[in-house]
Amino acid sequence: MKRVRAVEPWIEDPLVRFVTEAGARLTLIMTPAGQVLAQHGFTRAVDVMAAAALGAAIVSSTREIATTIGEGAFKALNHQGIHHGIFLAEMSTPRGPLLALVVYGSESSVGLVQLFYEDLVQELVAACPGEEPARPVIAADFERDLHKSLASLFGR
Amino acid sequence: MSEQFKEALDGITRVKGVRGAIMVTDDDGLIIADAVMEGVRSDAVAALAASLSARMARATVGAGVGEQHFLHLQAENCTLLTMPAPNGVLIVVLAEKDVNVGLVRLEMLRAVEVVE
Repeated sequence: MKRVRAVEPWIEDPLVRFVTEAGARLTLIMTPAGQVLAQHGFTRAVDVMAAAALGAAIVSSTREIATTIGEGAFKALNHQGIHHGIFLAEMSTPRGPLLALVVYGSESSVGLVQLFYEDLVQELVAACPGEEPARPVIAADFERDLHKSLASLFGR
Repeated sequence: MSEQFKEALDGITRVKGVRGAIMVTDDDGLIIADAVMEGVRSDAVAALAASLSARMARATVGAGVGEQHFLHLQAENCTLLTMPAPNGVLIVVLAEKDVNVGLVRLEMLRAVEVVE
């Protein structure tokens, strides 16, 4: 069964390498607004949407804290639990900033995730096709794109 | 404390053939202190060595031979040595393949005493 699914095909290969090498259990690549571009490990759409929304909100909150204390931005954020860790980071690509949310277990570590995350960023920047021209938002297109994205992310 | 760690690592790197010595948190693979030659990616060595050591620890316990005290990995071009220390610290050494392992091990034991 295919475990990595991507709306944007150029994300797929770098993400497959990342999850294999870092031993990530769940991974999301999304925009700062929480729009999911690729996922690994999730089986339910509702979980992806919740994780993306919460991840984007956390990054947004920490960016505001960073601004308050005079930092430009936080590079990455790691929540360490007993059984799982959550790594959240923002990267710059020719398509604009993207967020990565990675959940890892005891078979991996934050050191490994950080290490292979650097490779993931380099590979995504190299594979990124460049900025997409802005299109007018039409209700019919929105509906179609939404279904297409869900189909890509969950293979339906 | 970090000065003591640095001194302990310097003791290891004084052994001929040692390219670098790192103190790592064994569960996270993050660097506590390091003394490495230029060109050695200490973050990569730390993360991968901690992962390797954790897997070996599970393997030795699973095989019923007890906890690991010292790991010696002989590769084609280098030697990797790890030694668990108290308080979740792991001592990692990267060296040439023909390094005097006995001497390095002695210095690693001294570094473990510093961590204690």
